[in-house]
Amino acid sequence: MSSLFAIFISAILINNFVLYYFLGICPFLGVSAKAESAFGMGVAVIFVMTIANTVSWLIYEFILIKFGLEFLQYLVFILVIAALVQIVEMFIRKFSPPLYKALGIFLPLITTNCAILGAALFMISKKYNFLESVFYGFAGGVGFTLVILIMAGIREELEYSDVPVVFKGAAITLVITGILALIFMGFGGLMSA
Amino acid sequence: MKKYFIRGLWHDHPALRQLLGMCSILAVTTYVINAVFMGLGVIFVLVGSAFFVSLIRKIVPDEIRIVVFTVIIATFVTIVDLILKAFFPGISDALGPYVPLIIVNCIILGRCEAFACKNPIRASLLDALGMGLGYTWLLIVLAAVRELLGYGTLFKKPIMPSTYNPLSIMVASAGAFITLGFFIAIMNKLGKKVT
Repeated sequence: MSSLFAIFISAILINNFVLYYFLGICPFLGVSAKAESAFGMGVAVIFVMTIANTVSWLIYEFILIKFGLEFLQYLVFILVIAALVQIVEMFIRKFSPPLYKALGIFLPLITTNCAILGAALFMISKKYNFLESVFYGFAGGVGFTLVILIMAGIREELEYSDVPVVFKGAAITLVITGILALIFMGFGGLMSA
Repeated sequence: MKKYFIRGLWHDHPALRQLLGMCSILAVTTYVINAVFMGLGVIFVLVGSAFFVSLIRKIVPDEIRIVVFTVIIATFVTIVDLILKAFFPGISDALGPYVPLIIVNCIILGRCEAFACKNPIRASLLDALGMGLGYTWLLIVLAAVRELLGYGTLFKKPIMPSTYNPLSIMVASAGAFITLGFFIAIMNKLGKKVT
């Protein structure tokens, strides 16, 4: 149990996907302008990342390793993610129209979100077992959501402040992300304690 | 023909103008040598997939084109990954997961989708080469700035005087974000603004 808790804390605060591994920067820059869309994107990422890790782990363990096809893992993972996003999209459109309305436009974007593929690759390289992998996917998504929500809050305030013209848009967002990364570095002390 | 090649280097720079492929730019620029290899890898994947996408552009049905592009890209990335693992194990370790993550580098899928699938092979190759070189020069310049200030070295050889106290923040993740932010600001100053 304690290892699951450690995975959870480390994926959210210490080795955060956005601030530590630099994954998912494109959607992070793209949809962090408004808190509402940031939240939608975050929930979609949590959803897909958890399922993608679950399915990728099963395929890796029971198909790729069994037949000695580990060298195909990149190809297989990206196809799993692309197919999953399609299936999830169809599924929630049929069974939960309100959820589809909230997440619909974010789902297709997720295929090219490198955090999803990153989570699948990390879980293999860290040799997590099944439960740990599922947890890792979920926690990674929560970490992404946390950072993108913080950023959205800051950017909404930023609209009313006097930013130098050349820094407007992506430049100031990146500089602020850097400062956020600096703050999150402080959480590094949590683990060794 | 020439304009396809030139624009990726500056005017339509994939990262500074179109804000694509940010993840690997931030992650691999702690040492210049990593940036060089990453740049070469991306150029290889970009040119290779542009060639094949352009070659089969009239055969592939529209509905499944993205999946086909992704498979082509993933194949080239696997080749790069295996070559690095076999001949440059040190570099392969340093780049870690960011080599397989070239698959989801939006620059490559972006160029396949926006250019290679609509244009003849020669134009597509020039376009891919220009974008790849544009991406690589940014990687190298950014890595040079970060390595010089963060470790006081270039290509892992000491450059700064021994009294220099390295700013380790530059090679931490915070330094990556801040430096890239300043690069984009400089680009905005020099040319027309991006949003």
